[in-house]
Amino acid sequence: MSYTNPTTTPRKSSKFDDYTLSEIRRAAETGLYDIRGAGAKRKVPSLDDLLFLGASMSRYPLEGYREKCGTGVVLGDRFAKKPLELKIPITIAGMSFGSLSGNAKEALGRGATLTGTSTTTGDGGMTPEERGHSQLLVYQYLPSRYGMNPDDLRKADAIEIVVGQGAKPGGGGMLLGQKISSRVAEMRNLPEGIDQRSACRHPDWTGPDDLAIKIVELREITDWQKPIYIKVGGARPYYDTALAVKAGADVVVLDGMEGGTAATQEVFIEHVGQPTLACIRPAVDALQELGMHRKVQLVLSGGIRNGADVAKALALGADAVSIGSAALVAIGDNDPKWEAEYNAIGSTAGAYDDWHEGNDPAGISTQDPERAARLDPVAAGRRLANYLKVMTLEAQTIARACGKSHVHNLEPEDLVALSVEAAAMARVPLAGTDWIPGRSQA
Amino acid sequence: MGCFDLQQNTLRDLNAALHRQGDLLRVGGKADTQWEVLNPRGSHAVAVGVDGPLQITVCGSVGYYCGGMNQSGEIRIEGSAGPGVGENMMSGSIRVTGDASQYAGATGRGGLLVIEGNASSRCGISSKGIDIVVRGNVGHMSAFMAQSGNLVVLGDAGDALGDSIYEARLFVRGQVKSLGADCIKKEMRDEHLRLLGDLLKAAEVTDVRPEEFTRYGSARELYHFDVDRADAY
Repeated sequence: MSYTNPTTTPRKSSKFDDYTLSEIRRAAETGLYDIRGAGAKRKVPSLDDLLFLGASMSRYPLEGYREKCGTGVVLGDRFAKKPLELKIPITIAGMSFGSLSGNAKEALGRGATLTGTSTTTGDGGMTPEERGHSQLLVYQYLPSRYGMNPDDLRKADAIEIVVGQGAKPGGGGMLLGQKISSRVAEMRNLPEGIDQRSACRHPDWTGPDDLAIKIVELREITDWQKPIYIKVGGARPYYDTALAVKAGADVVVLDGMEGGTAATQEVFIEHVGQPTLACIRPAVDALQELGMHRKVQLVLSGGIRNGADVAKALALGADAVSIGSAALVAIGDNDPKWEAEYNAIGSTAGAYDDWHEGNDPAGISTQDPERAARLDPVAAGRRLANYLKVMTLEAQTIARACGKSHVHNLEPEDLVALSVEAAAMARVPLAGTDWIPGRSQA
Repeated sequence: MGCFDLQQNTLRDLNAALHRQGDLLRVGGKADTQWEVLNPRGSHAVAVGVDGPLQITVCGSVGYYCGGMNQSGEIRIEGSAGPGVGENMMSGSIRVTGDASQYAGATGRGGLLVIEGNASSRCGISSKGIDIVVRGNVGHMSAFMAQSGNLVVLGDAGDALGDSIYEARLFVRGQVKSLGADCIKKEMRDEHLRLLGDLLKAAEVTDVRPEEFTRYGSARELYHFDVDRADAY
């Protein structure tokens, strides 16, 4: 009688999962590292790991439809003659014309303007459409200096010196040949169709002492009218914030690793930088130790998606937040209505991140005229405005429930954490305890 | 002529006064177009953001970013210049009678920068159309990632000249210590001799001939990523 060894259910490795195997095969076939857009997709401790406590016997809530809960914020009143006065504490992050279509940039400007907030240029300069449709426009000053000129600098409402980006702290931008259209090439002063790699370091300053002088130059050119922001990736938030303040920033923009990008190496997106949650408290520490908290404003970005994220960021000490990926979703990115087309390019709605290839069915991350025309900038701007209003209402709802008459009155004491990691990073107690890991005894 | 003594007045007042002249000229008003800046003593950001055909003489050496983002101004620095002289210049001219520190003419888009002495490292870095003429030598990594425009060096160039260069043209009369990635020696054709002759004339250099120079530029082999050339990066 023969013996048959019973088979077990085939088991895949958790380490060599399907994605990892496919990436090894892709790398072996092409000899190229994987480039993609968007932010980190791995799960990291996040604002989702925090909860608000709400009102109780010792905390009185505000009536949702009766009592006012302010949302306004002023950015850049440390040195600038004309700080930005925003109606909501949510701004639109820098995204370039080049990585995005002209219609997408216009939609972002329209949506921001409808809600009384600012939008931001990107690597590639300022387009007339963007300036024309953005009541408040922040002009990014990047290492590449593509499109940089003093006329646009003077037209801007604020200047954001980009030192780093959460998706790739220490890395420069990429815009591959298929998106270098004639207009993009002209704005960037580059040959059409080449792979363009933006510099990762500024060409004319090195370190915070030089940066202080650079800031003086920009202030002198603009007669000290424009707020100067410094944007850093979530690498060393305590020191970067302190040095930005020392260099003379009016505003620090801090972008955690969940922050999106138009294109960079997958290995960079997933393995460099710190989670947004881990960045906030060290940055606030630096501001408080320097006596500059609320004087130099902190704008937090990197994976902000809803009013709860906004409220949590503010409670931990930020003055405002900035959104990029979420804003693109609001105007139509990864919309299931394009599912057949996503499938045709090897993706699916919700997962599409090959933004560098210029084939975006939604007409957002493309320079192809036919695809770009699919996005109606007026309708898309309205969608963004709706979304921003919902986020603001959500943040207000939470703030009122915590008894706050302004969203800025939210504080760490209003929060608990759902995990030991989040408790340690946010420095709030683990839910059900009074334990803050690293700060108090269990 | 307007005269501004930086030991008596603030930098902010100087730049604001220069900007006002540009504003006046744009609306057809009467403006002082000739200025003298005394006692700069290494001040940073002198005469930045000039936007109009002003003639400015800076009597002494300056710190960082003198003439930054100049548009149409003719700026003469009687002394040496710190880092980033003429950075992102759009048009007009800047002349440095002494030496220039690093990043001279960085990201410049137009106009003419003349350095009568030597220029330090990264001269013409990331240039986007500016013309730079250096009477002496230039330091390492000059014309790094230079996109367009011309760099003329009458003396020698340091290591890694033109590293990762795009379409800028480099003309060197002396020795080049080494060339950077994707930068190669190129044929000097008649059109280049004419161009170089014009540049030397504009810089008021009369004692050398275009034929004494060698042209360098992009091999254009790194314009599209090729894994088999990854060791070039």
